[in-house]
Amino acid sequence: MIDVQLTDSILDPAVAIAFVSGSQAGGTVVFIGTVRDQTKGKKVVRLEFEAYAPMAILEMEKIAKACKELFQVQKVCIHHRIGILGIGDVPVVIAVSSAHRQAAFEGCQYAIDVLKKEVPIWKKEVFEDGEVWVTAHP
Amino acid sequence: MITVKIVTFGIVRDMLDGQSTLYETLPADARLEALSSMLAERYPALRHLNALRYAVNAQYANKDVILQQNDEIALIPPVSGG
Repeated sequence: MIDVQLTDSILDPAVAIAFVSGSQAGGTVVFIGTVRDQTKGKKVVRLEFEAYAPMAILEMEKIAKACKELFQVQKVCIHHRIGILGIGDVPVVIAVSSAHRQAAFEGCQYAIDVLKKEVPIWKKEVFEDGEVWVTAHP
Repeated sequence: MITVKIVTFGIVRDMLDGQSTLYETLPADARLEALSSMLAERYPALRHLNALRYAVNAQYANKDVILQQNDEIALIPPVSGG
């Protein structure tokens, strides 16, 4: 079972954990991404996330399905938020359950690593004196 | 001739003067490569990007793909989700 959501609402990690939990699950690994207050020593005011929504959902579904094929995991939940986020807000939650811990750790790591490379979502860092699209330039 | 829809995001939208959607008319059988060259000529800033990928109808696509009438082509600058 997989659950993929792209939303402009606040993410609740408890919702993702509830989705992957079950009597077959011996372990659950959760990745919670949070907005930091600085980048390379520069104070961040807020982040602005945007997505190519239809494709972002497709790509997240591909990741969740691949995660199930590559690792012995039972359920995969990937939730990503878009819009304006402040310090400490949660842009992404990934929860993976499996019978044994190793598959859950590996599956969760795989999911966040591929998400960061493939899913068409972009963030703009807004500083006190300017703003920049992340990773657009070397 | 065919008409395709182009959608832009992030820094690419800034480079295209804030246009999030535009339409282009191309010869029938035109490849994505032709559209890519046309856009780079018109918006030279695109050449300064670290890496620019393309999607056709919400799937990553190679530049040799032949475009069809009403295709939606997304210009995908380096992603930074998570």
